[in-house]
Amino acid sequence: MKARVHITLKPGVLDPQGKAILQALGHLGFDGVSDVRQGKFIEIELDETEPNTAREKLASMCEKLLANTVIEDYQIDLD
Amino acid sequence: MKAAVIVFPGSNCDRDVAVALRRSMTRDPEMVWHGDSALPKVDLIVLPGGFSYGDYLRSGAMAAQSPIIREVVARAKDGFPVLGICNGFQILVETGLLPGALLRNSDLRFVCRDVWLQVENRQTIFTSSYATSIPLRIPVAHHDGNYYADEPTLDRLEETDAVAFRYCRGPDGPDEADGAANPNGSARDIAGIFNDQKNILGMMPHPERLADAALGGTDGQPLFDSLVSALAG
Repeated sequence: MKARVHITLKPGVLDPQGKAILQALGHLGFDGVSDVRQGKFIEIELDETEPNTAREKLASMCEKLLANTVIEDYQIDLD
Repeated sequence: MKAAVIVFPGSNCDRDVAVALRRSMTRDPEMVWHGDSALPKVDLIVLPGGFSYGDYLRSGAMAAQSPIIREVVARAKDGFPVLGICNGFQILVETGLLPGALLRNSDLRFVCRDVWLQVENRQTIFTSSYATSIPLRIPVAHHDGNYYADEPTLDRLEETDAVAFRYCRGPDGPDEADGAANPNGSARDIAGIFNDQKNILGMMPHPERLADAALGGTDGQPLFDSLVSALAG
């Protein structure tokens, strides 16, 4: 089973990289971009076939390593 | 007294801090490889600066899961003295031993220069040898030193005297060529913090880099002297 994990900064946490990207898009002439937030996208192959067990395992991975929950939220998608 | 310096793949201030420790403690610290699982009998654990595991995932995130760190966390929770400098501070917040997180510097640049620091709490094993309120000159060298914590956590740090150092103006006032007093956008100008019990210190500036007159300054040395007077004997 393939899992996709999105890790994003929590609302309110300053994202200087997102701000720099926003600025660069403006310089390139892309109008109407009001905000950019940069995050991480991680693909994980699992042997597990039961979706609920997989989800639990992935949540634990996020809590322990993949995300820093002081500043980041995570979202898990399964194929 | 004796110290242990934990060495990770990518540590690069381990030898600098070993020299500073030897100068104050008059004996060599034990260098402990990250893959070891047992700590030698020592009085202090130091997590040095560098780029452990290439800063993969997040600065300090991989090192915070290494075998030796489990032992460090267990001892630190029992009140054992632990000092984390730069990458060592990042590792300490990743383990949860210290609150908050260290984000990318607000101007996105790697900053490498001397900064001025105010010692906020002198009643600890790390800071007792700083006798006056004169600011210290200590170098920083980091890309992810922008201290972040939510407002209640920041308030709590201040209420419990857990702010160790703050970035401040130098004695000669602002110098435009050197940039802002706060080099990275840290919340409330925080450069270093203690845990509640004050047995753990994490700081972004490098006291070991200015602990020898030959290097241009000695403002870092009292930190190591403080540890000797508190822990020796």
